[in-house]
Amino acid sequence: MLDILKFKAPQQRDDIGKGRIEVKDVSITFGKGKSAYRATETTDITIEAGEFVCILGPSGCGKSTLLNAIAGYVEPSTGAVLVDGKEVRKPGPDRGMVFQQYSLLPWKTVYENVAFGPRMAGHSRTESGSTANTFLELVGLKKFGDRYPAELSGGMQQRVGIARALANYPSVLLMDEPFGALDAQTRLMMQESLLDIWRKFGTTVVFVTHDVDEAVFLADRVLIMSAAPGRIIEDVRIDLPRPRSTDMATEPAYMQARQHCLATIKAESRKSFESQNA
Amino acid sequence: MSQALKTTETPPVNATPEPAVVASPAPPPAGPTLRLPRISAAQLGNLGLVALSLTLGVLAWHLLTANNVDFYINFQNVPSPWRVFDAFVTHVQTGIFWTHIGVSMRRILISYSLACALGIGIGLVMGRSRLARALIMPYIEVVRPIPAVAWIPLAILMWPTEESSIIYITFLGALFPIVLNTLHGVEQTPEVLVRATQSLGASRWDVFRHVVIPAALPSIAAGLAIGMGVSWFSLLAGEIISGQYGIGYFTWNAYSLINYQDIVVGMLVIGFLGTGSTAAVKLLTAPMLAWQKRTR
Ligand SMILES: Nc1ncnc2c1ncn2[C@@H]1O[C@H](COP(=O)(O)OP(=O)(O)O)[C@@H](O)[C@H]1O
Ligand SMILES: [Mg+2]
Repeated sequence: MLDILKFKAPQQRDDIGKGRIEVKDVSITFGKGKSAYRATETTDITIEAGEFVCILGPSGCGKSTLLNAIAGYVEPSTGAVLVDGKEVRKPGPDRGMVFQQYSLLPWKTVYENVAFGPRMAGHSRTESGSTANTFLELVGLKKFGDRYPAELSGGMQQRVGIARALANYPSVLLMDEPFGALDAQTRLMMQESLLDIWRKFGTTVVFVTHDVDEAVFLADRVLIMSAAPGRIIEDVRIDLPRPRSTDMATEPAYMQARQHCLATIKAESRKSFESQNA
Repeated sequence: MSQALKTTETPPVNATPEPAVVASPAPPPAGPTLRLPRISAAQLGNLGLVALSLTLGVLAWHLLTANNVDFYINFQNVPSPWRVFDAFVTHVQTGIFWTHIGVSMRRILISYSLACALGIGIGLVMGRSRLARALIMPYIEVVRPIPAVAWIPLAILMWPTEESSIIYITFLGALFPIVLNTLHGVEQTPEVLVRATQSLGASRWDVFRHVVIPAALPSIAAGLAIGMGVSWFSLLAGEIISGQYGIGYFTWNAYSLINYQDIVVGMLVIGFLGTGSTAAVKLLTAPMLAWQKRTR
C-alpha cells in the first residue's frame, strides 16, 4: 500500500480502471498491388482493463505489426483498434511503449528520458522531475539518474524504458519482446521485476514474445498466433496464483499450461508444414 | 489526458524527501572543469610525435633546398625554410600583412556564417521533406563539383562588388559539405526513437527538436568542420579577384612578383589559419556532443 502512495494518489489517476482494448476485425497488409504483403489475418481480440496479456507466436508472424496497430504506428487495412471505446489513430501517451531495441534518447540522461513524457504533457520541470524520480525508484534506478543510457547495462536500460513509459500514467503498456536481447539470467530477473511493477502500478499490459515460458510465467491470458500471416489461433487462460515467482516453473499447473501452449504451437506448425507440402 | 494530468499533486508522503529531486537533475555535461583537458602521458607522447614529424619535415625541406636537389622534382628555386622564416618575420612587423590576414578572416567569418545558417537549414528541410529533397538535390549534384576557380568570371559578373563575389565563392565552398552532412545526419535518425517519443506525447515539432536534431548533430558537426576547411580553400580562389587585400591576394601577388619566399609564407599562413579555424569549430561543437564522450 505504501508503494502506491508514491505514485499519484489513486483518486487522481485517470488511468485506473481504464485500458480496455478492442481489436475489431483488424487485418494488416503492407504495400499495394503485386507487392502487397499480408502481415496479419483478420483478428478479433478483447483485452480487459488491468489484464496482463501475452501475444505468443513465431518470428515474422506479425506480432509486432499487431502491437504497432494498437500503438498507432501502423494503420489497420481493415477494421479498427479501440482503446476504451476510442478509435486509435496515432501514437499517444495513453499507450506506453517499450521496445526490444534500446530506445532511450542517447543524448538525454536517464533522468531526462523519464521526465520527457511528463514534460511533453505540459508539466513543470520540477513536477516532471519528481515524477521521474518516483518511477526511477520504482524500477530501482534512482541512483543512476544522471548517467547517459549507454553507460547502463541492457537490463537497466530496459527498466528505464519501462519507467519512462509508466511516467505518463498510460492506461495501456505495450511491450514488444522487451527482454529479447537480454541474457537468460537478467531476463528472469526482469520478468519478476516487471510483474512486481505491474502489481504496484496496475495497468493493462500487452506483452509480445516468442518464448513460451515467458508468456506462461507473465500472463493472465496467452494469445497464440499462427505462422505468417498471423491470426489468433488460441486464447489460453493461465490460472496461476499471483504474485508469481520463477520457482513456480516446476509446479504442475505451470507445466500443464506450458504443455498446452506447446501442443497448440506444434499442431499449428505441423498443419502449415503439411499445407506447404500438399 | 493532459487536463487530468494537470490536477496532479504530489502525495504528502513525497513532500518532505524532496532534496533528492534537487540532486538528480543532470548538470550541463561539460562543466568548466572539462574545458581544460588534463594532458595525459599518451597525449604528451602524441604531441612529441607531432613535433618530431614537423622537425623532420623542415629538416628535409632544408636539405633539399640547401643542396639544390633536382631529381625530377626541382628544388633549385624553392626558398629554404630560413629564407621563408626571415620573410615571415619581416612581414609580421608590417601593418599591411595583418590587414591581409584580417580581411581574409573577416571574409571567412561572413561566408562561413552564411553557409552554416543556410546549409543546416537546407539540410534539415531536405531531410524532413521528400518534396524539398527532390527539388533541391539536382542543383546540389550539378553545382557541387564545380571548382571555386571556375566561378570567378560569373561571380564577377553577377555580384555588385568584388567583396561580395569573393564572399559568394567562399560561401559556396562551405555550403555543400554542410548541407550534405546535415541531410545525412537527419536521415540517420533511428525510427525507433521517433516512435518512442511519439508514444510519450511528442508532437512533430518535439520530435524534430528532441530527436531529429540531436541525432543529426554529430554529422552536422563533421560537416561544419569540413566546411571550414573547404571555405579557406575557396577563399584563396576567390581572392584572385581582389586587387588589394587578403592572404590569398598576398600569395597571388607574390607569385606575379616572382617573390618565392612570400608565396610560401602565404601558403603556410593559409594552412595554419585553416587548421586553426577548423580546430576552433571542433572545439565549439564539442559541448553539443558531450553525451557521445561519456557514452564511449
Ligand atoms: N512496414 C512494413 N512494410 C512491409 N512489410 C513489413 C513491414 N513491417 C513488417 N513487415 C513484414 O510483416 C511481417 C511480420 O512482421 P512482424 O510483425 O515484425 O513479425 P514479428 O514481430 O511477429 O516477428 C514480416 O514478414 C515483415 O517483414
Ligand atoms: Mg517483432
